[in-house]
Amino acid sequence: MIAKIQVTLKKGVLDSQGKAVHHTLTDLGYNEVKDVRVGKYLEVHFKDITDVEAEALVKEMCEKLLANTVIESYRYTLASEE
Amino acid sequence: MKLSPDVTVNVQIAREHGLTGEEYRRILDLLGRIPNLTELGIFSVMWSEHCSYKSSRPFLSALPTEGPRVIQGPGENAGVVDIGDGLAVVFKIESHNHPSFVEPHQGAATGVGGILRDIFTMGARPIALLDSLRFGDPADPRMRFLLNGVVEGISNYGNCTGVPTVGGEIYFDDCYNGNILVNVFCLGLIKADKVFLGRASGTGNPVIYFGSKTGRDGIHGASLLASAEFDESSEEKRPTVQVGDPFTEKLLIEASLDLMKHPWVVGIQDMGAAGLTSSSFEMASRAGTGIDLDLDQVPRREKGMTPYEIMLSESQERMLVVVEAGHEEEALEIFRKWDLDAAVVGRVTEQPRVRLIEGGDVVADLPVHVVVEGPLSLKRKIRRPNYLDEVDHLNLNDLPEPDRGDAALKRLLSSLNIASKEWVYDQYDHMVRLNTLVLPGSDAAVLRVPGTSKAVAISVDCNSRYCYLDPFNGARIAVAESSRNLACSGAFPIGLTNCLNFGNPEKPEIMWQFEQGVQGIAEACKFLEIPVVSGNVSLYNETRGIGIFPTPTVAVVGLLEDSRKHMTQWFKRTGDFVGLIGLTIEELGGSEYLKVMFEQVCGGVPTLELRAERQAQEFCRELIGKGFIASAHDCSEGGLAVALAECCISGPGQPVGAAIELESTIRRDAFLFGETQSRILISFSGERREEILAAAERSGVDFAVIGRVGGEDLSVTFNGAEFIRTRVEVLRNFWKGALGEYARQVT
Amino acid sequence: MVDSIMKSAVVVFPGSNCDHDCYHILKHVFGVETEFIWHKEERDLSAFNFVVLPGGFSYGDYLRAGAIARFSPIMKAVTRYAGDGGRVLGICNGFQILVEAGLLPGALLHNDTQKFICRHVYVKVENAATAFTRTCSPGAVLKIPIAHHQGGYYADRETLSRLEANRQVVFTYCDESGRGGEAANPNGSMNNIAGIVNEAGNVLGMMPHPERVADPLWPDVDGQRVFQSLIESCASPAL
Repeated sequence: MIAKIQVTLKKGVLDSQGKAVHHTLTDLGYNEVKDVRVGKYLEVHFKDITDVEAEALVKEMCEKLLANTVIESYRYTLASEE
Repeated sequence: MKLSPDVTVNVQIAREHGLTGEEYRRILDLLGRIPNLTELGIFSVMWSEHCSYKSSRPFLSALPTEGPRVIQGPGENAGVVDIGDGLAVVFKIESHNHPSFVEPHQGAATGVGGILRDIFTMGARPIALLDSLRFGDPADPRMRFLLNGVVEGISNYGNCTGVPTVGGEIYFDDCYNGNILVNVFCLGLIKADKVFLGRASGTGNPVIYFGSKTGRDGIHGASLLASAEFDESSEEKRPTVQVGDPFTEKLLIEASLDLMKHPWVVGIQDMGAAGLTSSSFEMASRAGTGIDLDLDQVPRREKGMTPYEIMLSESQERMLVVVEAGHEEEALEIFRKWDLDAAVVGRVTEQPRVRLIEGGDVVADLPVHVVVEGPLSLKRKIRRPNYLDEVDHLNLNDLPEPDRGDAALKRLLSSLNIASKEWVYDQYDHMVRLNTLVLPGSDAAVLRVPGTSKAVAISVDCNSRYCYLDPFNGARIAVAESSRNLACSGAFPIGLTNCLNFGNPEKPEIMWQFEQGVQGIAEACKFLEIPVVSGNVSLYNETRGIGIFPTPTVAVVGLLEDSRKHMTQWFKRTGDFVGLIGLTIEELGGSEYLKVMFEQVCGGVPTLELRAERQAQEFCRELIGKGFIASAHDCSEGGLAVALAECCISGPGQPVGAAIELESTIRRDAFLFGETQSRILISFSGERREEILAAAERSGVDFAVIGRVGGEDLSVTFNGAEFIRTRVEVLRNFWKGALGEYARQVT
Repeated sequence: MVDSIMKSAVVVFPGSNCDHDCYHILKHVFGVETEFIWHKEERDLSAFNFVVLPGGFSYGDYLRAGAIARFSPIMKAVTRYAGDGGRVLGICNGFQILVEAGLLPGALLHNDTQKFICRHVYVKVENAATAFTRTCSPGAVLKIPIAHHQGGYYADRETLSRLEANRQVVFTYCDESGRGGEAANPNGSMNNIAGIVNEAGNVLGMMPHPERVADPLWPDVDGQRVFQSLIESCASPAL
């Protein structure tokens, strides 16, 4: 089982990295870009665990450590290992 | 090159490993048999240019390496110089050029990591980092990327390890388009009688590995990247550039220093280029012993690694230590405290051989001296390059003499080679550890020596344009200028380390430059009595046949007996007098002015008379020691005019003007923008004027009072006619913002 | 001053690098008996008059600055100590750890310049009635350096107004003359916030490094105010 977790800054929190990347893309002529958000991607590999257990653990981990919920939100998907 | 471990080695495979046919035959002779693939791999890295110095070694003996303060000269991880009070400084400069060109952030970061390990390996607490950086044509968008990447890499790694980056230099020149230079200097502090050496002494003593795990990264990294010219395939070498982990490095520093408090530590060595191979062979070689290495015990990041891969991996942040038998557990306990991987991986043996054991079988067995002392010093051919005949002259009559100097001064101040480097050092933690007395932005960095009243001063220098025009005199100037920068901060020089960056040594012209450069350093060091205690040679700085300008970077370390008497370069008080130490000669050869205003790189290099140089430095130190002066600044790139402007605008507070009056029979542009050596600008209060003039008289130094500090303009009149008058605020804006604006541009 | 010897603890996390600097200032400049506490120890801190979480890169700032350090065993003890009213000073990385641990509200974002910044800045004392600023005059301007990559203070609107209303904002970035505003904001902090206290007033987090301007060997010593205040408030807390 593998959890693929994305952590990004919440809407409303200034994403200065995203802003800088957006600015650069615009300077490079990509005027089609409306907004850029920069975040983190994490993969957590589990051993011997059911979907339900994994889901509960991932939520707990995100709340506790992987995301700072004051400023960040998280999303995740679960998949079986290749 | 993917080879089965069981392949029978032949000359073809040896060549693919960078060995010549002659070298391979020598291996067969010395060994009396055909090496297996693992053994060949070991030879290939240990006999590479990077590890063996086979091209450069014959020339380096010209350098003076001894002096009353020298505790350890070249040959160990770093040089050690006594500073009294039972303390010593440990320092070295090293290149990380090729990796930084391939991947600037990680290349520069791992460069910092490597030099830090060289210092704390000797038992010293690293207290200062400096960098000498060279980039190519600023108009090339890749240079902006490289500049940002290198600075970020240094910032990220240095800051995280808690060692302040306190100074350095940055130059841009087209000659570095295909080969940027990243030279990193580190200085550490140590008790003079507690210097640790990389020796595997004592038969039966355990050999302990600690730090990060070994992975497949960087196999043939530094050693091979730095031992061949660049070409299009260099981009594909990216996987061989290692990734640095500054957090683990910080733990390594603390764990190593913890460890070395114990009397049972016998010898310690970091795993730099050529990893486990060089550390084990060098430690055995220095002690005249051997080592049995049990490869099964080596902590690994990946499964299924072969002995070849384990021995050649250049994974970062790894160390090897030998302790007295019976103290294994105490050592391992320290590594556990710091959460570092560690394992006993071998034993010291009496037989001077390194044997590798895997699954109980001996998989490689080599005599230490054959591997370490085996490579023949190459007698490279030497020939004076023809280009010199084209560039070594300059007729000043061909250059129009400007009526005013304002425009040139502004252009020089915003030239990236002269402009403020604030954008860079703002990104470096230059204050941590509370020793930095003079923050970046003055002639030399000055750090107090904790627990004493002393301070050390450091300056890194090389003008490679001079070295291109005249490698011998260019190298002399590098030493003189570095030492002069120390004098301007009040320090006297106690030792030097050099990083000799040159092109392809297989070309006789490059070896001529190399020989001249080394001899230039040797002459200046002998005269100024500065021992060379450590160094590094970086050859093959060449891409598609185009080599860099010879760049023998030197870092001179100086001492101040009284840290309170350190000096900075900027004017302090309105009303102070401005004086110029040293004589100005009518010359513009090799100057930044000539390059910026006329796009020419030619002429004889600036005059350097070593006797006058020493006199100027001694006089400057005397004035600082007596408390007579308020500022001292070396005249270098951009000449007197730029030095004056910097005195006005480089201080931490508001800029202050100056009114200067010059009288001379030489051309005004040469007087103001020429780069004659051995000149120092000072400022002092009126009540010191007579004493200073008298002291100058006594010492026989050339000295003149040339103006006063004050006002909002920098004005210079030359033989009664105004040559420069610009508001210092305007000058500061040109100077302060140029590099940051350049770095932030998007292309 | 009281007769008993003042005692302070400097917590050392793996990657702390201003621990020795804080120790030096407390011990050698202020004569406070100071002890390093390794992060793996979960010991009772009640014998100390105050606890310092120093700057650095605990756990390499991996994931987020302070995110991993807050789970170190010693943080349980620090939380208990703070809950009992003990004075805790978090500097730079120490501030980041305190917000991650929830001992102070808000969060610290990457600088809006996207670069590490090390330089002297000016901060205004917004509240001179705290245990950490009581020797400052209200509105005083202090020159203290910053050295961080992740120092942009963030809190939601509600938290911000609560901080302002409770006078929990202790330091704000300003210029030499005390003017705030965008031009004096080095890192994009909301309301130019450089340092805050908790509601009870016994835990302070600040991004600038007072320990770097506290040794009389240097011309700038404004950082002494913070340590002096802390020491005096421990000696006579009732003031």
